[in-house]
Amino acid sequence: MDFATIIQILDSAVRLMTPLLLACLAGLYSERSGVFDIGLEGKMLMAAFTAASVAYATGSPWLGLLAGIGGSMALALIHGLASITFMGNQLISGVAINFLASGMTVLLGQRIFGLGGRTPSLTGGGRFGEITLPFADSLQGVPFLGPIYSNLISGHTILVYVAFVCVPLTWWILSQTRFGLRLRAVGENPASVDTAGVSVTRLRYASIAICGLLCGLAGAYLATGLSAGFVKEMTAGRGFIALAALIFAKWRPWSALFATFLFGLLEAIANRYPDLDLGIITVPSMFMNALPYILTVIILAGFVGRAIPPRAGGEPYVKER
Amino acid sequence: MGEAVADTGGRAAASAPFAIELRGISKAFGPVQANKDIDLRVPKGTIHGIIGENGAGKSTLMSILYGFYKPDKGEILVNGQPLAIADSQTAIRAGIGMVFQHFKLVQNFTVLENIILGVEEGRLLRPSLAKARGAMKRLAAEYQLNVDPDETIDELSVGHQQRVEILKALYRQADILILDEPTGVLTPAEADHLFRILEGLKAEGKTIILITHKLREIMDITDNVSVMRRGEMVASVKTAETSPEELAELMVGRKVLLNVEKTPAQPGAKVLEVRDLKLVDDESVERLRGISFDIRAGEILGIAGVSGNGQTQLLELLGGFPEKGARVGGSIRMNGQELDLTGSRSDAATRRARGIGHVPEDRQTEGLIMDFTAWENVAFGYHRAPEFNKGLLMDNAAIRADAEAKMEHFDVRPRNPNLAARNFSGGNQQKLVVAREIERNPDLLLIGQPTRGVDIGAIEFIHKRIIELRDAGKAVLLVSVELDEILSLSDRIAVMFDGRIMGERLPDETTTGELGLLMAGVTDTAHADASQGIPPEHKHIEDVSGGAA
Repeated sequence: MDFATIIQILDSAVRLMTPLLLACLAGLYSERSGVFDIGLEGKMLMAAFTAASVAYATGSPWLGLLAGIGGSMALALIHGLASITFMGNQLISGVAINFLASGMTVLLGQRIFGLGGRTPSLTGGGRFGEITLPFADSLQGVPFLGPIYSNLISGHTILVYVAFVCVPLTWWILSQTRFGLRLRAVGENPASVDTAGVSVTRLRYASIAICGLLCGLAGAYLATGLSAGFVKEMTAGRGFIALAALIFAKWRPWSALFATFLFGLLEAIANRYPDLDLGIITVPSMFMNALPYILTVIILAGFVGRAIPPRAGGEPYVKER
Repeated sequence: MGEAVADTGGRAAASAPFAIELRGISKAFGPVQANKDIDLRVPKGTIHGIIGENGAGKSTLMSILYGFYKPDKGEILVNGQPLAIADSQTAIRAGIGMVFQHFKLVQNFTVLENIILGVEEGRLLRPSLAKARGAMKRLAAEYQLNVDPDETIDELSVGHQQRVEILKALYRQADILILDEPTGVLTPAEADHLFRILEGLKAEGKTIILITHKLREIMDITDNVSVMRRGEMVASVKTAETSPEELAELMVGRKVLLNVEKTPAQPGAKVLEVRDLKLVDDESVERLRGISFDIRAGEILGIAGVSGNGQTQLLELLGGFPEKGARVGGSIRMNGQELDLTGSRSDAATRRARGIGHVPEDRQTEGLIMDFTAWENVAFGYHRAPEFNKGLLMDNAAIRADAEAKMEHFDVRPRNPNLAARNFSGGNQQKLVVAREIERNPDLLLIGQPTRGVDIGAIEFIHKRIIELRDAGKAVLLVSVELDEILSLSDRIAVMFDGRIMGERLPDETTTGELGLLMAGVTDTAHADASQGIPPEHKHIEDVSGGAA
């Protein structure tokens, strides 16, 4: 395996991890505030669909992005109503959102475009283009660092860079700002926030809105960055993988970066070597493609250290009695 | 009865400067009227006690004052000004601070982070943290409230966590401080320290409202006391002009025996022999470090100690359900027969079959299934008994009839076996558990915190039943953090500290001071012989608190 191949695999991993990273950070905001969200998948799917549809209709990926965020946030609002305002079960609400998104996208897609649930392929201007960073071409020739800069760091769509900027931003918000302190507190002990005279409901809605926003970015990236259009069930469990990564990362932003990179890398390797030849045996492509999901199961089964979720997670806040 | 002024809406002393005045406060939770037309006046710069049984509505009333609940009707005046307290923020701005019974702290935050939560200066944390650090230093010096600002709450003892709550209130410039059952989780020494802090705050001109069900605390520290009963304010009196007996009667609505009457024990044969019992939990913490004792038929062995010193593990191990992953050693003999400590025959069912009844420390998580009915709960643990079964099926009619009889016998109210356990008051829940275990007539009764969160009337009742069981020639192991309870019920007292028994004393020949020393882990060789019974001075306790703080 030569250096160029490694760069190519890493480049592919970065593209593939981006939706995971965005969804993982989305889940981080929601869950650190005490609202469990297994509806990341549904929100991403809805965002992918609305983003692709609007991008196709208008020819603008930016309007598509806005539509994606809108679609995702609408579902986030439903989750908020169910689990914060009406104090329902957060898991059930999340499952409902996944089903809703899965059904609605296909139904609407078929009704509007008549392509069996797909949207028409986006061409040229409907997608986010790749950004070539300054000097990417001229630095190409520099040994070692040149290819890293030109081929790995440069040449992604804007959403990839946004996703990576979100990591330090999230860390900073959580650890250095008033909002972050309150958000963490409300996920650990909402009564402490309430008795301090701060609204639990408002805080949780705020974090759910951020969750919706980030899922919207993730979905829009899938449909208008990574692919060219919406395909039925195109999230393919990425929302759940992001959730596994979140647990693996113990609900921390920097760890989320590494966890999602690991998943992205596995997917990239599977894409690159459908049949991995190890000399003695050939690993079949089905196994390679299943790797991210197998890792998910291993993480969720708790084999990778003990992850302590936010203490008030999953519980609607009800004053005593 | 002293000058018990039934304070019903009179405005005789309207000119006096009251820190807090409540007029006609009412609050209902569904069908339950928690507060009925409550009037209360708290003069500035005093310590005002509010006493009442569990469920009398004390905490609800104070939560209303703190803006945590909204009253259905009524008026609140703070420093003479009417104030609509819609939320806690309003209460905080009006200078009211509250230390809840269950602390409202974020466990994995540092002390500083907890203190600034909700009163941060600006959007970034750094300046707020710096300001709070300075303020904490000042408050610590002023009121002996020393806590490490960078420690996380997880790492702090309960007593220190309480200090953080008080610091939180003071940092918010509270002039009126409400404390809800503050001593329930403290050692006698820590409680003394708390009271000195409160005296200091009072000297600074702050007003303190102390909610408690402990008569002694009321008598020791308050200036005035208001008594609540079943959601109503039944009396407000000057503390100096009343007595514990009178207050108890006002609380319960009838005469109450504060001291348990019992005859000397007639110990018989050894029922339980515990030798060198050891337990290491799944985090490799030694919880029991070699416990040995005997209990004879017809006697009560009381185990005193601050909670968390291994009492829970001892009870669970004897009861047959030690914590998962714990490693155990030593031996337990029951009526001369060795009991298995591990394996399939070490479970609670086997222990019950050997004649061990168990009233667990926490009735809500271990004693009852809160969403199940009373009759189901009264059968638990004995549901395999032949009289409760018909072939493959349970004989629900028989179980229900049995439950009704037990509820009758133990005066459980409301006497409705179809009601879920959750819907009974704490005292009546406890009666359900105690009835289940005592009515089986066990040779040995393990009973943990029998009266925690139980009202005075029910305490009296449960105590009587425990004595009756002893008089019937049964052995009782009583574990309690309430020293008064240990002293009044036990025939012998063992004190646990850090997984060891520090010593045994006879209740007539010891004092709370001496037991307090043992509870704090101080072994004084001068007291090694229990029969000496030298009453130590009060200052011993203070020494201990000084060392612990």
